[in-house]
Amino acid sequence: MEYSKKVFDHFQKPKFAGELKDADAVGEEGNIKCGDVMKIYIKVKDNVITDIRFKTYGCIAAIAASDTLCELAKGRTLEEAEKLTYDDIIKALEKLPAIKVHCSVLGISALKDAIKNYRKSK
Amino acid sequence: MRFKTVYLDNGASTKVDHKVLEVMKPYFTEKYANASSSHTFAQEAKNALENSRKVIAKSINAKTEEIIFTSGGTEANNLTLKGIAFQNKEKGNHIITSKIDHSCVLESCKWLESQGFKVTYLDVDCEGFVNPNDLKKAITDKTILVSIIHGNNEIGTIQDLEILGKICREKGVLFHTDACQSYTKTEIDVKKQNVDLMTLNSHKIHGPKGVGALYIKEGIKITPWQHGGGHERGLRAGTENIHGIVGFAEAVKIANKSHVEKMTKLRDKLIEGALEIKDSRLNGPKDNRLCNNINISFKGVEGEALGGYLDSKNICSSAGSACSTKSLEPSHVLKAIGLTNEEANGSVRLTLSRFTTEEEIDYVLKVLPKVVKKLRGFSAIWKG
Repeated sequence: MEYSKKVFDHFQKPKFAGELKDADAVGEEGNIKCGDVMKIYIKVKDNVITDIRFKTYGCIAAIAASDTLCELAKGRTLEEAEKLTYDDIIKALEKLPAIKVHCSVLGISALKDAIKNYRKSK
Repeated sequence: MRFKTVYLDNGASTKVDHKVLEVMKPYFTEKYANASSSHTFAQEAKNALENSRKVIAKSINAKTEEIIFTSGGTEANNLTLKGIAFQNKEKGNHIITSKIDHSCVLESCKWLESQGFKVTYLDVDCEGFVNPNDLKKAITDKTILVSIIHGNNEIGTIQDLEILGKICREKGVLFHTDACQSYTKTEIDVKKQNVDLMTLNSHKIHGPKGVGALYIKEGIKITPWQHGGGHERGLRAGTENIHGIVGFAEAVKIANKSHVEKMTKLRDKLIEGALEIKDSRLNGPKDNRLCNNINISFKGVEGEALGGYLDSKNICSSAGSACSTKSLEPSHVLKAIGLTNEEANGSVRLTLSRFTTEEEIDYVLKVLPKVVKKLRGFSAIWKG
């Protein structure tokens, strides 16, 4: 599989890996059968995502996409974060092999799920 | 200790032995004639070709004229499946293989199905063994060929050729085996093991890439697929790859039992050490396993990512996970031995060679637990 340097950087040294113990909401997407499960933990203050973490079971691309998503979403308002697309992740990673694009889609869905769960809890 | 590269993907390909390279060299620049030419200069190439054939034949207890050279294992398997099928289509249209055979056998079978042939894909048990009774039951009066892989490339299972071959003999059906992974690593004797056709290759045994061989028992007719100038008894046209063939034969000459013993010892050390990691499982058998194959699944960890972290520590491995393939399907072999998708996706294959050292194995055993721990630390499904 051909990955960009950015993908490897995020994969090898993820900044947002792990659980957020005092998260305000958690979102999940994916299934074991496809080989990818992502959980996104968010902390929200004044409508802004002040902290974010991921837990991912998946391949190199899935881990890199999860970390990139967290980087992109941190500091944004919920409305801004909701507007993020998989394309934003791919651009930030420079490129993803065609068959790995779904990994970035999963990340976006997991984030949207987290935001939805946050709003539900309010 | 830091290593430049710890190469544990010898099931994919191996390093060419320096001695092999040395014997190949003159055939590029000095003895470069076409072995089919009639001038005296070509005699050296022709002699080299026939001497190499003798070496390969002897190593599997075959006659020299029973060996034809091909471009590799894939070609030899394709030639067998298609050549035997079309040669015998008046006799029958049924072929038997196993669910864990190499994709070049399985894809050839699929293509033959599109041409009107029927194929039975035998199940294997949880360690990858074909049940001889299943084979017996699957053979019908329409069966023309049974093709079952000798040493499995992913999980290392070594089939009992003698028993499977005996069943085929008794039923009067041709028996082929793909021995690319097992060649020089376990005993092979085509007479004793009742084998009619056998695929061999060079680059898994420290020979060059692009060379393989097919053993075809005397008297067996096969329809050629590559037509041309009548090379290889008219069964495989194309100027012989003399330097490759010479290298192949040299690699066979070098291989010996002490290499197998060394690999077995290191393999067992690696398996034992890796299984100390919590929630891990060995895929494939403990006994009757290729001396250089390790295949282990770690719960909660995805194989490509595991391979990626090993790679960043200079360890070359390969994965059987869905994510590591172009089809996004987990390995057909791991599925056939009954692994769940999660177990199959969490597998890593490490394959040794005779150049693998104990220091390298110690290094892997130091790195592996750390890498698994790291991935489990942020795995969405790990609850340990």
